[in-house]
Amino acid sequence: MAHGTAAVAKVDSPRSPYVRRKTTRGNYELYSWIFMRASGVVLLVLIFGHLFVNLMVGEGVHAIDFAFVGGKWSNPMWQVWDLLMLWLAMIHGTNGVRTIINDYATRDMTRLVLKGLLYLAFTVVVVLGTLVIFTFDACPPDAPAELLASFCTA
Amino acid sequence: MPTAPAGTLYRGREGMWSWVAHRVTGVLIFFFLLVHVLDTALVRVSPEAYNAAIGTYQTPIMGLGEAGLVAAIVFHAFNGIRILLVDFWAKGPKYQKVMLWVVAGLFVVTMAGFLPRHLMNVFGGGH
Repeated sequence: MAHGTAAVAKVDSPRSPYVRRKTTRGNYELYSWIFMRASGVVLLVLIFGHLFVNLMVGEGVHAIDFAFVGGKWSNPMWQVWDLLMLWLAMIHGTNGVRTIINDYATRDMTRLVLKGLLYLAFTVVVVLGTLVIFTFDACPPDAPAELLASFCTA
Repeated sequence: MPTAPAGTLYRGREGMWSWVAHRVTGVLIFFFLLVHVLDTALVRVSPEAYNAAIGTYQTPIMGLGEAGLVAAIVFHAFNGIRILLVDFWAKGPKYQKVMLWVVAGLFVVTMAGFLPRHLMNVFGGGH
């Protein structure tokens, strides 16, 4: 504070908080940074659970077949689990690869093409995966019974 | 014309190398995820198509690949928690090196729990 000066500077909004830099781009990168941390914690639980049930319990990877998937997805809990895992992992992974492309692809055109491919892959995989979880039929009528979960024939 | 991308070498040591490993494992997991959703989508084609695809995951070579994938996931998960602590815990930056060794320790313990069981499933005459 400069004391003793008579001149009083005119300030537009004296009580508005200090803004370092005005930007028109919003807080996208901040929200992406927060999302990576929040989704990371949830994914740790979801994926460790997924790996434990599919690779550690029983015969592990050898027990996985169509009937195994049928048994899991007949339970709404696993449908929600896998849906959440699909969406969070795809957004988390896509955002991570987006960051890496931004870091290493120095040419504008290279960045544009790589990110275009990335977002295309994201859309295809998320839409396909979501449809599969919701339209899955554990007991398709024309399939051999020995390939299906036991509850199909019961 | 730029000859090398910026930031190929930062400061070395624990901080940089854990960051490099986090990126490498992240990209690896992401590409597996793309493939994994596509192979799982085969359940909508037919039981036979899905079983044929998942059958290739049950071979010894893919079994080793799965071990590598799980290793990548376990490191990425534990190091992710370390990043969280560096960002949100007041003493996080001070202990970032120590925490990397904690990550390494937890990694060894987790893999010691997973590997014998998985390798027995893969090589121990399943099917």
